[in-house]
Amino acid sequence: MKILVTVKRVADYNVKVYPKADGSGVEIANVKMSMNPFDEIAVEEAVRLKESGKATEIIAASIGVSPCQEVLRTALAMGADRAILVETGAAPEPLMVAKLLKALVEREQPDLVILGKQAIDDDCNQTGQMLAALLGWGQGAFASKLTIPGGQEIEVTREIDGGLETLMLKLPAVVTADLRLNEPRYVKLPNIIKAKKKLLTTLSPGDLDVVLATQLTTLKVTEPPKREAGIKVADAAELVAKLRNDAKVI
Amino acid sequence: MKNILVIAEHDHATLKTATLNTVSAAQSIGGEIHMLVAGNHCAGAAAASAKIPGIAKVLQVDAGHYAHHLAEDLAVLIAGLAKDYSHVLAPATTFGKNLMPRVAALLDVTQLSDIVGVESADTFVRPIYAGSLLATVQCSAPVKVITVRSTAFAAAASEGGTALIETVPAAAPLDVARFAGQELTQSERPELTAARIVISGGRGMGSGEDFKLLEDIADQLGAAVGASRAAVDAGFAPNDYQIGQTGKIIAPELYIAVGISGAIQHLAGMKDSKIIVAINKDEEAPIFQIADYGIAGDLFKVLPELFAELDKLPPA
Ligand SMILES: Cc1cc2nc3c(=O)[nH]c(=O)nc-3n(C[C@H](O)[C@H](O)[C@H](O)COP(=O)(O)OP(=O)(O)OC[C@H]3O[C@@H](n4cnc5c(N)ncnc54)[C@H](O)[C@@H]3O)c2cc1C
Repeated sequence: MKILVTVKRVADYNVKVYPKADGSGVEIANVKMSMNPFDEIAVEEAVRLKESGKATEIIAASIGVSPCQEVLRTALAMGADRAILVETGAAPEPLMVAKLLKALVEREQPDLVILGKQAIDDDCNQTGQMLAALLGWGQGAFASKLTIPGGQEIEVTREIDGGLETLMLKLPAVVTADLRLNEPRYVKLPNIIKAKKKLLTTLSPGDLDVVLATQLTTLKVTEPPKREAGIKVADAAELVAKLRNDAKVI
Repeated sequence: MKNILVIAEHDHATLKTATLNTVSAAQSIGGEIHMLVAGNHCAGAAAASAKIPGIAKVLQVDAGHYAHHLAEDLAVLIAGLAKDYSHVLAPATTFGKNLMPRVAALLDVTQLSDIVGVESADTFVRPIYAGSLLATVQCSAPVKVITVRSTAFAAAASEGGTALIETVPAAAPLDVARFAGQELTQSERPELTAARIVISGGRGMGSGEDFKLLEDIADQLGAAVGASRAAVDAGFAPNDYQIGQTGKIIAPELYIAVGISGAIQHLAGMKDSKIIVAINKDEEAPIFQIADYGIAGDLFKVLPELFAELDKLPPA
């Protein structure tokens, strides 16, 4: 089984980001960038499938600016076999990413595509579902468990609002990784060195016959109103009195 | 002007409350609102939809392959109907998040996730970077496919309307996904997203058994129980308790965070609560920066005291 896994380069989850001075966007120049945490989980899952003999080849793909090569190298160090960067300008909208991925799927013919469930910058949570729609494939979104009983179907447990749901999806299929699918490994130095020798191909949207378009314009980016810190109370008795008499919520 | 279609989230018999918040977002866009209730034997949910004042028409679709709300099948149905509408809205629950991008892709349009504000028929406000920033975005797509954050819109009234219910034929099943089972968390307590009071535990709770301390207080207050990601990852609480950027987004009247440090990803899910209480033994914990009332102390001492105080409290 061949797996395509996708990785996005985003501002590190530990970094606080600010609007640009003119409010036209997000200031990410000089911000520490990393692989989107959900994509790390996606890569880890693919690597585990290969280690357990279920997968034969893992291709990591990223879409975006040239420095996305860094996150692809990380994916290669984690265990992906080769990588493809589709180089674009600023991050395209999820629909465009899905179209580029669809073109990659047609070229590479994977049996399974694993993506992170959402990117922690735009928090869209769309690309996997869109890709599945464009391909007419089944989708296991927000997966916390993935099993491959035979060669025809996969079993995906999904985190839903009321608990957990299990679906059987015909292969080929799309899966998006939630937090509890696995715990990604730490990359070891020798693997980082080995990853430098692995194949990383760069394509343009034109190579894939996709014309990029936008339907969204960001008019402004602002910080939400700040919540002020309140007071410390001495003990439970004082807390209960405040909640009853001042806040009137109990 | 074209009409607005709201996708109902329901269990066939009744509507999920997030549907009512979505109706209110549709009302702030303005225009005639129709509601789609697609399920299996979903007359109950369709009847409930017809009673919402402001809904002009309910489209009811019944078919076996809609029994489990599979996105694969629902998306085909909705994309077929959407061409007659200017906007298609669903709640930003796991139901809506799973479904709506699929609908948008079939329509070859972009999708707007998790809107918290409506500026005009084509301009919306949505949180990015775990809610630490708000983006105002204008959408040029011919059909605006949107998911709505329910905490940002008051629930629409659920009684008083008399909309017409029209039966619509099902679309053919796609036959790529099959429902194989579910494990729903059983609880007598209110639903997290609808509860007036929520008490949540974090890694500081130390174990799943000690979540009992929270549950006892939740029952005194008629509250729901929530958790941080760390508490869920550690197995103290089930996944559907998780509050935050990638869990549930809630805004109760009272939120009590116990043994939770206050990471931005957690705050993303609860910082719009009316009153926030933090109980944490670390005086420097970031949660105190947004708490209205804080107790710096050991939760294993504070929680039993809180229980005793609430026990003595005369009815309000
Ligand atoms: C991509 C991504 C998505 C995420 N999504 C979410 C999300 O949706 N929701 C979420 O919650 N997190 C999320 N996180 C995780 C988040 O970054 C934090 O790691 C998490 O919220 C920490 O949980 P915590 O506060 O329970 O644990 P900790 O940060 O470990 O805090 C435990 C707290 O308990 C206190 N404590 C310990 N013992 C006691 C005691 N006896 N009495 C009183 N206080 C005590 C400590 O002082 C400490 O402040 C996400 C992270 C990533 C990378």
